[in-house]
Amino acid sequence: MIEFRDVTKKYPDGTVAVDELNLTVEAGTITVFVGPSGCGKTTSLRMVNRMIDPSAGEVLIDGEDVRKSDPALLRRGIGYVIQQAGLFPHRTVLDNVATVPLLSGWTKAKARTRAAELLETVGLPAEMGKRFPAQLSGGQQQRVGVARALAADPPILLMDEPFSAVDPVVREGLQDELLRLQGELDKTIVFVTHDIDEAVRLGEKVAVFRQGGVLAQYDAPAEILARPADDFVSDFVGRDRGYRGLSFVDNEGLPIGQVDTVLVGGAHSPSQQWTLVLVDGDKPRGWLAPGSTVDGEWTTADALAGGSLYTRGTPLRGALDAALSSPAGLGVVVDDAGAYAGVVTAEEVLKVIESRRETAE
Amino acid sequence: MFGDIGTYLSSPGNRDLVLQQLLEHIYLSLLPLVLGLLVAIPLGWTATRFRWLRGLLLGGANILYTIPSLALFVILPAIIGTGITSPVNVIVALTLYTATLLVRPVVDALEAVPQHVVAAAVAMGYRPLARFFAVELPLAVPVLAAGARVASVSNISLVSVGALVGIGGLGLLFTKGFEIDYLPPIIIGILLTLILALIVDLLIVLLRNMLTRWQRVGAHVGGGS
Ligand SMILES: Nc1ncnc2c1ncn2[C@@H]1O[C@H](COP(=O)(O)OP(=O)(O)O)[C@@H](O)[C@H]1O
Ligand SMILES: [Mg+2]
Repeated sequence: MIEFRDVTKKYPDGTVAVDELNLTVEAGTITVFVGPSGCGKTTSLRMVNRMIDPSAGEVLIDGEDVRKSDPALLRRGIGYVIQQAGLFPHRTVLDNVATVPLLSGWTKAKARTRAAELLETVGLPAEMGKRFPAQLSGGQQQRVGVARALAADPPILLMDEPFSAVDPVVREGLQDELLRLQGELDKTIVFVTHDIDEAVRLGEKVAVFRQGGVLAQYDAPAEILARPADDFVSDFVGRDRGYRGLSFVDNEGLPIGQVDTVLVGGAHSPSQQWTLVLVDGDKPRGWLAPGSTVDGEWTTADALAGGSLYTRGTPLRGALDAALSSPAGLGVVVDDAGAYAGVVTAEEVLKVIESRRETAE
Repeated sequence: MFGDIGTYLSSPGNRDLVLQQLLEHIYLSLLPLVLGLLVAIPLGWTATRFRWLRGLLLGGANILYTIPSLALFVILPAIIGTGITSPVNVIVALTLYTATLLVRPVVDALEAVPQHVVAAAVAMGYRPLARFFAVELPLAVPVLAAGARVASVSNISLVSVGALVGIGGLGLLFTKGFEIDYLPPIIIGILLTLILALIVDLLIVLLRNMLTRWQRVGAHVGGGS
């Protein structure tokens, strides 16, 4: 578990890179720091392994202030992966991977055996161990970077935009690979990205940062998508959001809930829940906010515009769109005839997508 | 002409003299090369770590390098208290030249190591000194080798100047030849100086190639991810 307690980092030139950060990263989870460039993600990450020390506040690992540890020893126990991979150009791939074990005093033979194992773990052929980094593609270099970070089996993995420099197709492969690895290894991973898609895809928790190093929202990804804390977050998730990948998923197994409904022209007692307005008996028309009251009958004018509808059996992307565009945070599901069938939350949709991905491995 | 050289070399005394001066020349030019490197590397490293030292060191190095070699050979004994014909003068002077020549390339090479590579080394848990030897120095080898090639040629030719103040080396063959107005030792001296410079250069290149195998691999043969 990693805790940031009132952590502030002010650089000598006066830049406040991180402003009173309070946040707990649970052990065994992937937590993503996301936000536009310059909002203090890298600085926050580097305060964990003491590449940067906070100006105020403290960072704790399992309850222990990191400043009590010797920096070099602390770092050998924390894996670190960076954007350009940062491989040592003068060392073979195998020796790159063996770096931390060798530093920690393993014998050369043992370190190399371990390195060879790890190449396999990250999906690289053993022969590649003899090559130099310049002979690898960007995606392969990143895999080596991950293998190197994992070599001494550290409980914590810090990843700073590790996949940002590779093309989108390769990136998706690397993301899948990371999720698969995490399934096996159960590390505490802090992953930095500026890409909200990547954050939603990988994060069990997502911390959205804004300029000035302020934490804008820290929540499960579906929650952030469904209920952004403020305009900044909603702009940020809205601008970068794209669910291109989801169009290929079918919808079996999506849990569909129910909400109160009211017919236009019918009677309705004020409810503390979001209520769905139906017309023509079963066709969704819009939402009534919790606690809405009106004199007399409900009319369509009283309903808030309802966002997009999701037709059962179509790709899940539509379900997510429905949930996200709904003022209630609930996506309205309809059958082929357009009749109300139930509602879904973005979180449930994402869970299904997640489990699809796991079973597909 | 070549007959004269043959005649000159047919005397065992002359052969011994040539061989002895050759060995002396190698010693006087290469020891400072190694010493100069050993001085320039820590100096350059310090300059990259402490900004204020950088200007001071590089400026000082430039000034030192402009002092003529003959002047240095003459002044040094007074400063370090050696006899005027002591080989120590040449060694100290050439070490100074080599160090001043190499300190800038060392600084440049260390500063050229990509930031992300240094950051990765720090994050892996290298302490500064270990990181220097494990990462920064090996990556600086190509630049160091280029500097060493220039310094080796410069040293080998400067040692000959030492003969003017009575210090040994192949330059002695020139002064001897001029004294007795006899060409063969002069020609032998020139030829051996040239050959020595070429061989040392070749050795530096070979050593560099051995240490920088990583630089000469074809880039990126693996497609996909
Ligand atoms: N060494 C430094 N000195 C001064 N300012 C810095 C330094 N490093 C980063 N900053 C500034 O701190 C802010 C946060 O930087 P960073 O943590 O790298 O952001 P991110 O990783 O989110 O892009 C930026 O405004 C950046 O310019
Ligand atoms: Mg960054």
